[in-house]
Amino acid sequence: MVAELKVALIEAKELTFTYAGREAPSIENVNLSIDKGEFIILTGPSGCGKTTLCRCFNGLIPHFYNGELKGEITVAGLKVDEHPTYELACHVGMVFQNPENQLFALSVEKDVAFGLENLGLPREEIRKRVDWAMKITGIYELRERAPYELSGGQQQRVAIASILAMQPQVMVLDEPTSFLDPLGAKQIFDVIYRLNRELGITVILVEHRLDLAASYATRVIVMSNGKIVMDGPPRKILSSEKAKLIGIGIPKATRLYQILKNDGIPLRGNKTPITPQETAELIVEALSDD
Amino acid sequence: MIEVKNVYFTYPSGVEALKGVSLRIDRGEFVAIMGQNGAGKTTLVKHFNGLLRPTRGEVLVDGVNTKDVSVATLARKVGYVFQNPDHQLFCETAEREIAFALKNFGFEEELIKKRVEWALKLLDLSQYRESSPFMLSGGERKRLALASVLAWDPEVVILDEPTIGQDYAQKEKLRQFILQLRAQGKTVVIVTHDVEFVADCSPRVVLMADGKIVADGKAERILTDPELLAKASVIPPQITQIFMELEPIGFSKEVVDLYEAGRIITEHFKRKVRK
Repeated sequence: MVAELKVALIEAKELTFTYAGREAPSIENVNLSIDKGEFIILTGPSGCGKTTLCRCFNGLIPHFYNGELKGEITVAGLKVDEHPTYELACHVGMVFQNPENQLFALSVEKDVAFGLENLGLPREEIRKRVDWAMKITGIYELRERAPYELSGGQQQRVAIASILAMQPQVMVLDEPTSFLDPLGAKQIFDVIYRLNRELGITVILVEHRLDLAASYATRVIVMSNGKIVMDGPPRKILSSEKAKLIGIGIPKATRLYQILKNDGIPLRGNKTPITPQETAELIVEALSDD
Repeated sequence: MIEVKNVYFTYPSGVEALKGVSLRIDRGEFVAIMGQNGAGKTTLVKHFNGLLRPTRGEVLVDGVNTKDVSVATLARKVGYVFQNPDHQLFCETAEREIAFALKNFGFEEELIKKRVEWALKLLDLSQYRESSPFMLSGGERKRLALASVLAWDPEVVILDEPTIGQDYAQKEKLRQFILQLRAQGKTVVIVTHDVEFVADCSPRVVLMADGKIVADGKAERILTDPELLAKASVIPPQITQIFMELEPIGFSKEVVDLYEAGRIITEHFKRKVRK
């Protein structure tokens, strides 16, 4: 009997990419293995190579952006440099930071349906998926409006819906909530979390604002200067001195905990809090202790 | 400095974005306009430099009705940094982008050079002076847009969602930078969803919902009122969320600042130990 090898969904080996016209590589010797169902936050200072790495996941690098790619990357078993982006797009859906870069149709509904029409799905299936994606992102009422008339936040939801409708195995989201009001951002994170939990979609979230996102993730990857410098569970990363030094945004709930600890307040608990509720619980406990 | 008197605004599409807004911003104030998507925040600030003119009501800048002057004249006084930098950037290099408005305003060649240098350095963009704006990352483009407005030194600086795409260190820099502008007596207006950034800056907060202003006051008061915030789809800052849970054991929930929070809890603890 042949043992079945567990293959990672995304696997990068010694991946290095230098954009044409640039001297220094934007990502350098990246080794990474991502399994199905993970919820990953990819963070690090601006210009650290997060977006470049994401462009390798769906083949925009090397097929669209010119430059020199070294090393190896496979997605769903496909070597990215040997398969065209339209093929990779069925596995990896990408939501950009700026929704205007991906919306173009004359109505919201048409934008959400566009990817599915290109896949050649039956009409009924398209109808079903488009309605589902619009409802789950809260844009069903806007379906006949033109995307360019909508506010930044509403556009972002349309962009997410159009990717959701494709039901890809991996969703890569580049700061998907930065244009949204806080409540809208929370709703989007809830939606992404549900897709991850219920449909097993692997999520790679590029994010600076860890206050909202940290509690959803199973793993945080920190990049700096084109390299992966930290990789582990959220609590461990967010409580480390190194993460602070690199300059990633530690949630205030975690920072208050650290300040109080330094002040000598006897906060119990064997794990660092990453949400306000967790920190509040520890404080209440410390102050009501005798 | 800026006076908005019962302003209504309807877009050509028929959407009524402002429904009777009145607001007064004094010289040297720092105001954060917050609220749900589509509440009319951007529409409102576009009235401050004449990009939009009220359908009804009036906007006065330094006592002058925006209907009576050109955008170019107003822009010299009121600099507006767009939410989406791609709506603003169009030159071939970062350097030229910053120089463009300066040339239009008729600055001397020497001064232009100086201001461009200054702005590039200020926003950490010197290494990209020869780069095309479109080769820059989202966060970098955002900073370039800001640099090109600050370069002409307007009296009022309006920043539409300035923290989008900015990392932790850059946000801190931006905060320092706003403090610096205020020290120079400039008026700063930001439109933002970033509650944590607002909690760090502690400005006057104007909360909007559905084309109207629903609250106006100090950050400590507005950001700690859950009912008000809910109307505007805003979630309290993390520190406030913690203090809401501490209310039953005798804390006031009107805290937004991290370091103040640390002080209050530590003092409370010391008092308890002394007893």
